Amino acid sequence: MSRKLVIVDYGIGNLYSVTRAFESCGASVTLTASHEHIEDAERVVLPGVGAFEDGMKGMTGRGQAEPVKRFIASGRPFLGICVGMQLLMDVGEEFGEHAGLGVIPGRVQAVPATRADGRPHRIPHIGWNALLPPEHRPDWSGGLLDGLPERPAVYFVHSFAPVPAEQQHRLADCDYDGRRISAVIRSGSAYGCQFHPEKSGPIGLKIVENFLRL
Amino acid sequence: MANLRLIARLDIKGPNLIKGVHLEGLRVVGDPQQYAREYYEQGADELVYMDIVASLYGRNNLTDIVRKAAHDIFVPLTVGGGVRSVDDVNMLLRVGADKVAVNTAAVARPQLVTEVARRFGSQCMVLSIEAKRIAADRWEAYTDNGREKTGLDVVEWAKKAEKLGAGEILLTSVDQEGTRKGFDVPLVKAVSASVGIPVIASGGMGSVEHLVQVAGEGAADAVAMADCLHYKRLTVGEIRAAAQAAGLGVRSL
Repeated sequence: MSRKLVIVDYGIGNLYSVTRAFESCGASVTLTASHEHIEDAERVVLPGVGAFEDGMKGMTGRGQAEPVKRFIASGRPFLGICVGMQLLMDVGEEFGEHAGLGVIPGRVQAVPATRADGRPHRIPHIGWNALLPPEHRPDWSGGLLDGLPERPAVYFVHSFAPVPAEQQHRLADCDYDGRRISAVIRSGSAYGCQFHPEKSGPIGLKIVENFLRL
Repeated sequence: MANLRLIARLDIKGPNLIKGVHLEGLRVVGDPQQYAREYYEQGADELVYMDIVASLYGRNNLTDIVRKAAHDIFVPLTVGGGVRSVDDVNMLLRVGADKVAVNTAAVARPQLVTEVARRFGSQCMVLSIEAKRIAADRWEAYTDNGREKTGLDVVEWAKKAEKLGAGEILLTSVDQEGTRKGFDVPLVKAVSASVGIPVIASGGMGSVEHLVQVAGEGAADAVAMADCLHYKRLTVGEIRAAAQAAGLGVRSL
């Protein structure tokens, strides 16, 4: 099992923390904007904060979108974090409609502005929230969420979230005032986390560790 | 609402963690990294670093301290003090900060709030307000550790900052800060009810009862704690357990 990893630098995001989280789990990290590095990688992490459109423009402007899609299609382990996760979807609705990478069918939509009972709640959704299995109870063993305790709390900060069209792509949700939000999505070996594993303490590092074992 | 966040606040002067009363009369507590690591291990949900002499020198001097923290502390880090421009923000994010807190420069030029939010996202842009009570239910915003008046009404300023793109408000009561006598609950309640973004209550935490008050009646989304942690009156773990026992939603470790 190799612990070599490429983190895609596409001009947005706090790359230092992501790099450090993977290094602290024993990974040897290459931080790169180069499409050759991406195509040749054993594992790829796509981090990101900011807006969907900026993220997509950052990637296409650097010629990274197609190499990332080819990397994912090859079945090697991939992890998108926050906006890096949202980019896996077909379309993002933040500041107008923008095409994503189209790896997972569905859209990235605003987090509902109200609780389930209709009263307003805080947007962005900021803070620690527990990962929950969706209704179809996908198996967490052996994958990114292997071996986590019940209701593991992780750190979220976002105003938009993916809404996968197909249930099979939903691996974990969180509950924000009665609203189910997709927290982890998956297609084969490609995973996306809406929360920040690099900011989620020991639970987050366990997820990082799991990714390195895929 | 999301779980109440328990935040350790580290006020920094030069290389040292310090603590004052009413943001003045500063005493050296110790090495910030040592305290930060301890709070991370105790389960702090976030850390806030404030360079409390930055405004005097016109720049933030925390890059080394933040880089060290981000090296092995894996919870969100907010950094404030002397942040004046988009470039200052960029520099702090590059060394590992997740959010920046801006006070003086936002008062001088409110447009900075929008510039930071557009470039890095609202989630990065924390408006820091130092509030002093001036009447029964009115507070004025101050800068420079509660020394300089701004003439701004705290509630109005918070509402305006939200419109400008702030993603969070760090609300420090100068009157309560360092006193251990409890938060200014009416202040927190007034701001919290007026904005749709999260409010971090800071200043006055002396006991878990204070936390319960400010989270309940004050509707705070997060609390920043300093004195009670630095002087080891309470640990983050004890505070979390007590908050859970009081029925507050907090992260379970």
